[in-house]
Amino acid sequence: MSEVKNIATRVAYGETLVKLGEKRDDFLVLDADLAAATQTGMFKKAFPERFYDCGIAEQNMMGIAAGIASTGKKVFVSSFAMFASGRAYEQVRNSIGYPHLNVIIGATHAGISVGEDGATHQCCEDIALMRTIPEMTIINPADYVEAKKAVYAAFDIDGPVYMRFGRLAVPVIFDEDYKFEVGKGVKLRDGNDVTVIATGLMVNEALQAYDILKEQGINARIINMATIKPIDKDIILEAAKQTGAIVTAEEHSVIGGLGSAVSEVICENYPVPVVKLGVYDVFGHSGPAVKLLDEFGLRAVNIVEKAKQAIALKKQ
Amino acid sequence: MDEITKKELEKIACKVRIGIIEGVHAAKSGHPGGSLSCAEILTYLYFKHMNINPKNPKDENRDRFVLSKGHAAPVLYSVLANRGYFDVSELESLRHIGAMLQGHPDMKGIPGVDMSTGSLGQGISAACGMALSAKHFGKNFNVYTVLGDGEIEEGQVWEAAMFAGNKGLSNLVAFVDFNNLQIDGTIDEVNSAKPIDKKFEAFNWNTVCIDGNDFEQIENALKEAENSDKPTAIIASTVKGKGVSYMENAVNWHGAAPNDELYEQAIKELKAQLETFN
Repeated sequence: MSEVKNIATRVAYGETLVKLGEKRDDFLVLDADLAAATQTGMFKKAFPERFYDCGIAEQNMMGIAAGIASTGKKVFVSSFAMFASGRAYEQVRNSIGYPHLNVIIGATHAGISVGEDGATHQCCEDIALMRTIPEMTIINPADYVEAKKAVYAAFDIDGPVYMRFGRLAVPVIFDEDYKFEVGKGVKLRDGNDVTVIATGLMVNEALQAYDILKEQGINARIINMATIKPIDKDIILEAAKQTGAIVTAEEHSVIGGLGSAVSEVICENYPVPVVKLGVYDVFGHSGPAVKLLDEFGLRAVNIVEKAKQAIALKKQ
Repeated sequence: MDEITKKELEKIACKVRIGIIEGVHAAKSGHPGGSLSCAEILTYLYFKHMNINPKNPKDENRDRFVLSKGHAAPVLYSVLANRGYFDVSELESLRHIGAMLQGHPDMKGIPGVDMSTGSLGQGISAACGMALSAKHFGKNFNVYTVLGDGEIEEGQVWEAAMFAGNKGLSNLVAFVDFNNLQIDGTIDEVNSAKPIDKKFEAFNWNTVCIDGNDFEQIENALKEAENSDKPTAIIASTVKGKGVSYMENAVNWHGAAPNDELYEQAIKELKAQLETFN
């Protein structure tokens, strides 16, 4: 096996925008003075006339995107997750969500792994916020390959899409022939003792947790849930029935994110223990991203611990 | 503007006002004051100025209109109905369960509504996006929006103003329905954005101040907008509640429906005005 490469999902976003731009000229890209960071700067460099900087005014930018989309043109709109989903929440809801417009929100720098910028920029609430908007599709890719495929897929979705990308370079875990489908979870490892449903950078941690659990005689099923809305109920219920216990793992608050989405499906259809791993209702703080992931317990060892908890609950 | 055209437009505005009162009365709620104040502006745009076709409301080359002050939905609905986008009888179901005419404009369900609005400050941004799209994709359409003088207290309005000025959106015209009143009182009592024209000017807009209940002045301002290489803000001084005596300049008619008795009085007054055009 060749050496694992680390690339941030935001890089996949920027590169794929350029690829899309080479194929078609019927869409625009907007940013709010963060093009170098969100990676829309790649598109700006390749197609300067199709890129519009809205300045540091995210609320207006969402309205600009809505207006463009209302004229029948697709538009990507980018900022950090904190500002795209938080500052401009109501604009996304009322100007983009309610009229069901074809706006793709490329939100980067999500989660604790923003690192040194600290709490004001570490958005662990964006999935929760976006999930409450009717008809919003939410995609949180696990790696560079999935992120590229997800951007292409998002372009073909009818209606608003929220895409969540990270700042941190994370391992590339999928081959180029990996198949991504909106709304479908992917079973990456099979097992019947417990299921780990992970999203974003936690998918790689879940794969490592699989190996650790295996060594300890526990066969875990690992599911990558890139699309958080609409959630893949079938794969969740199948896992509940066949493994009887579930762990969710996300670099996001345990309130309102993947763990909540999975719990809602489980509670209402086939109750089994669900143990949530995520950010436990606290703000982040400054530090190197990899150290913060250790500190906030967003690692394979933490998934292993939660998997055992879930199995114990099943036996009660 | 010749006298015949002016009289014709005034007559239409009067019918539009009747539609406003009928809709709000049937709904038993809604916003008559700020609907009545901008009746001339919307009437002029839809009956005289904009390149639109009620038979083809989604024509991609049409001019766009965004009611940024979305709570004035009754005037937009009444204008659209009188212009033939849908039957005037629809106004009676305004705000009812299952009705097409929602409390605030809904572009998904209402023919002729170009943008869903209601949350203040957001419509002008969408209007900027439409104007940008026209310029970028080589379309000739213009975009018109109407803001409230209370609405412009929203910071997003000034983000949009900055954007339109910076991007040189000369195909955009924003009216400010300057009727001096908002829910909690006069705009001076609440949190005035005056001087309004100077603010738009500072964001690199062309600005014109007019009497917004005067068709001739509306026409001249729009002519001036056509010749500008900047976006144009038309600060339109109006009378809130215009046309219904007890609603004129009365803050309590911002968001209240008349009871049956006051409804009859309003309709009587407006019909008497209509008679003068025959």
